[in-house]
Amino acid sequence: MISRRSFFTSISALLVGGRALHAATQGSPGGDPEAPADRLSIPEAVQSRPAVVEGDNNGIIQTVEHKLKCTCGCNLDIFTCRTTDFTCTVSPALHRQVVALHENGATPDQIIDAFVTEYGEEILMAPPPEGFNLAGYLVPGLAITAAGTLLAAILMRRQAAAPVPAPVLTGAANVSAEDQARLERALSEVVD
Amino acid sequence: MTLLGEFALWMALLAGLWGAVVGFSGAWRTRPELASSTIRSVYATCAALLVASIALWQGLITHDFNIEYVASYTSRNLPDSYVVTAFWAGQKGSLLFWATVLSVFAALAQALTSRRHKELMPTVAAVTGAVVVFFVATMLFAANPFDRLGFTPADGNGLNPQLQNPGMVIHPPMLYLGYISITIPFAFGIAALLSRRLDSGWIVAIRKWTLLSWLFLSVGITLGMWWAYVELGWGGYWAWDPVENASLLPWLTMTAFLHSVMIQEKRGMLKRWNLGLIFGTFMLSIFGTFITRSGVIASVHSFAQSNVGYFFLAFLVLAGVFGFTLLYTRWPQLEPEAQLESVASREAAFLFNNLIFVGIAFSVLWGTLFPILTEAVRGVKITVGPPFFNRVNVPLGLLLLALTGIGPLIAWRKSSLANLRRQFIFPVLLGLVTASVLFGMGMREGSAVLALGLIGFVAGTILQEFYRGVRARIRMHGESFPVALGLLINRNRRRYGGYLVHAGILIYFAAFVGSSFKITQEATLAPGEFTEIRSPFGHVYRLTHLGVSQYTALNRIVSAATLQVEIDGKAAGIVSSEKRQHVDSFNRKTFEPSTEVGIRSTLREDLYVVYAGSIGGTERANYAVTVNPLVWWLWFGGGVLVLGGLITMWPGGGRTAVRSGLTRTQGATVEPAVEEAVPV
Repeated sequence: MISRRSFFTSISALLVGGRALHAATQGSPGGDPEAPADRLSIPEAVQSRPAVVEGDNNGIIQTVEHKLKCTCGCNLDIFTCRTTDFTCTVSPALHRQVVALHENGATPDQIIDAFVTEYGEEILMAPPPEGFNLAGYLVPGLAITAAGTLLAAILMRRQAAAPVPAPVLTGAANVSAEDQARLERALSEVVD
Repeated sequence: MTLLGEFALWMALLAGLWGAVVGFSGAWRTRPELASSTIRSVYATCAALLVASIALWQGLITHDFNIEYVASYTSRNLPDSYVVTAFWAGQKGSLLFWATVLSVFAALAQALTSRRHKELMPTVAAVTGAVVVFFVATMLFAANPFDRLGFTPADGNGLNPQLQNPGMVIHPPMLYLGYISITIPFAFGIAALLSRRLDSGWIVAIRKWTLLSWLFLSVGITLGMWWAYVELGWGGYWAWDPVENASLLPWLTMTAFLHSVMIQEKRGMLKRWNLGLIFGTFMLSIFGTFITRSGVIASVHSFAQSNVGYFFLAFLVLAGVFGFTLLYTRWPQLEPEAQLESVASREAAFLFNNLIFVGIAFSVLWGTLFPILTEAVRGVKITVGPPFFNRVNVPLGLLLLALTGIGPLIAWRKSSLANLRRQFIFPVLLGLVTASVLFGMGMREGSAVLALGLIGFVAGTILQEFYRGVRARIRMHGESFPVALGLLINRNRRRYGGYLVHAGILIYFAAFVGSSFKITQEATLAPGEFTEIRSPFGHVYRLTHLGVSQYTALNRIVSAATLQVEIDGKAAGIVSSEKRQHVDSFNRKTFEPSTEVGIRSTLREDLYVVYAGSIGGTERANYAVTVNPLVWWLWFGGGVLVLGGLITMWPGGGRTAVRSGLTRTQGATVEPAVEEAVPV
């Protein structure tokens, strides 16, 4: 039977050994004594990122970045790309550019204008509604409105030209209780 | 087996060509044995393509890395389920999958279609044969899945990590099944035109196929949203990407058809329009593949690009010219059998509903292609992203939502003012109350209040329809409420299944509204540190970083970052997000580390956590945390929609009233719910 002393000695040894094992797995492969205690055992399995700073959560910056496209070819806006594609090196750089402009006092519109000047209109997630771009915004609505108007006009004309229909039943008020019961009986026979 | 696979492809090509040539030549009209031969060619093509598919699967499962396709999309340590589904992970396999499934559908169409339509079947066989020939020829001459390498690599490249997700096991096949099954209605439409059997008979023959196709597309799109949400890590599910748009386009025109076909069935109207919708839907499904494969427009689905896109463009033009020219030549024989009598009729409401569906399809197509147009006209590249699509399509979506409620409330042929008043009072009140309550609770986003008010209105129409139908049954038969409800649905599955589909769509809309309130926040946390984020519903999440654990699993090294969650100070479990470094069987890195999001989902909102990376290789972690309202309802809405679709297409369910309007007393108005509770 194991004594109390040997039990606690074993536990202490295990704890010390466990800590040593933990330190070995957390440390760098080379056992760098300068390495941080919370170092990952396989750091290359995770992308390395800069720490989040206050500007990263700024609502104005997020709004601006949603309107600007990342130029890495991903087809996403800067904010979405930098918070989704962690292999992209372009969106973090564009983000820093937005933050810098914002910190220099530029308004959202001025930031967007600066990007358009530097990268062209393609940097915008949606074309500005002016000039030829207006066609992009208006053509669907105009086409639907025109088609709807035409459809309504045709229907009205046909309605006007149609022969006068027989009087319309307007509800239970025009039907006696007896007729209603007969109708329901007849209909129920059809159903069953 | 690859030799057998390639041989089977050639056999499929020859059998398909034979069927197409004989079927289109019309020689079978005078020689019945040729009609049988055309139809047998469908079965022969199907058998050959099944053999080819088995051959490719055999190559995948046995890790025959001498086959270029197997080496490109699998590795020895890829989990078995993904080895099997790698069949459609790449373009060449997708083409074989498409051709095989199409041949199976073509064979089923021949086997299951009523003998009443036997005059159409050789031409149907010819059309499906021609489409199969296109796919097989594309494989044989441009993208052969059985191509061999000059050497045999020790291991394959493995599967793109984003495709190693259960959603991708089922999402692409579902979408493909939707695209592919559209070919059958298209084939019947062409057959009806060629044989000049232009009554509504062919419409009856394709009803189940169109519903099946629509259902597959709906499931495929919803699963695609789910995959994007759980896999891509941006906290959303729909980004108006060109490939997403390409899947939405045929769904929109197909949905328009499913509404307008009722007018043809009941009144013999809109024959030309319906044929146009079927042809357009088929072309849009091919267009979707062209967009996916050609890379003509930048897309997040760039992994699927190649040069075969232009084969699809050529086929698209050919099919379009053939179909619409044929429609034009038969135009005079497609005169409507009745005229619309009133603007206040269900026919008119369906027409406007069709207008909006097709209008939204046009709008999405227009936005998708607008960058190409702008570059051609102005020589300037532009981007058309979510802000554009939301701005243009949200008003149209709201209009469609309103029509979803209005259409079913109006009687066929003509509604009286009293009837309209009676039908609309409850739904309109419910809509107004919903909007007022939300406004009173502090919601000030106009479009959100309007959308939720309209959802209330449409929900009112659905509830009213069910209530009146059940009440009519209880009065007539003395049934209990559950029995009356069950029998009401059972006896008119098409109508009440349709209402369930509408309910599913409403739930989708509610989820879309919820997503406009999402909040994202980033934080860097060392173990033990926490960050807080306030939900749009007002409560506060406290997220404490517990650390990062690393381990190997299957074909990857996993780094799992874990957060302890507290809501307003109360413990609410943990959420883990992972980085996955995929490796091959020699432990070599195959792709960049990918991200697996952690999601804590409730009826109210999702807590969506992304482990963005590590600070200097330590356990200090960067997180992107999103609170995403009402997302759960999107998946639930998908379930309701599928249930409604299944009820609608389930065999039986009472007699469908084809052209019933003509049997009723001229001008009589019957309330829709009562009308459908007792189909006349």
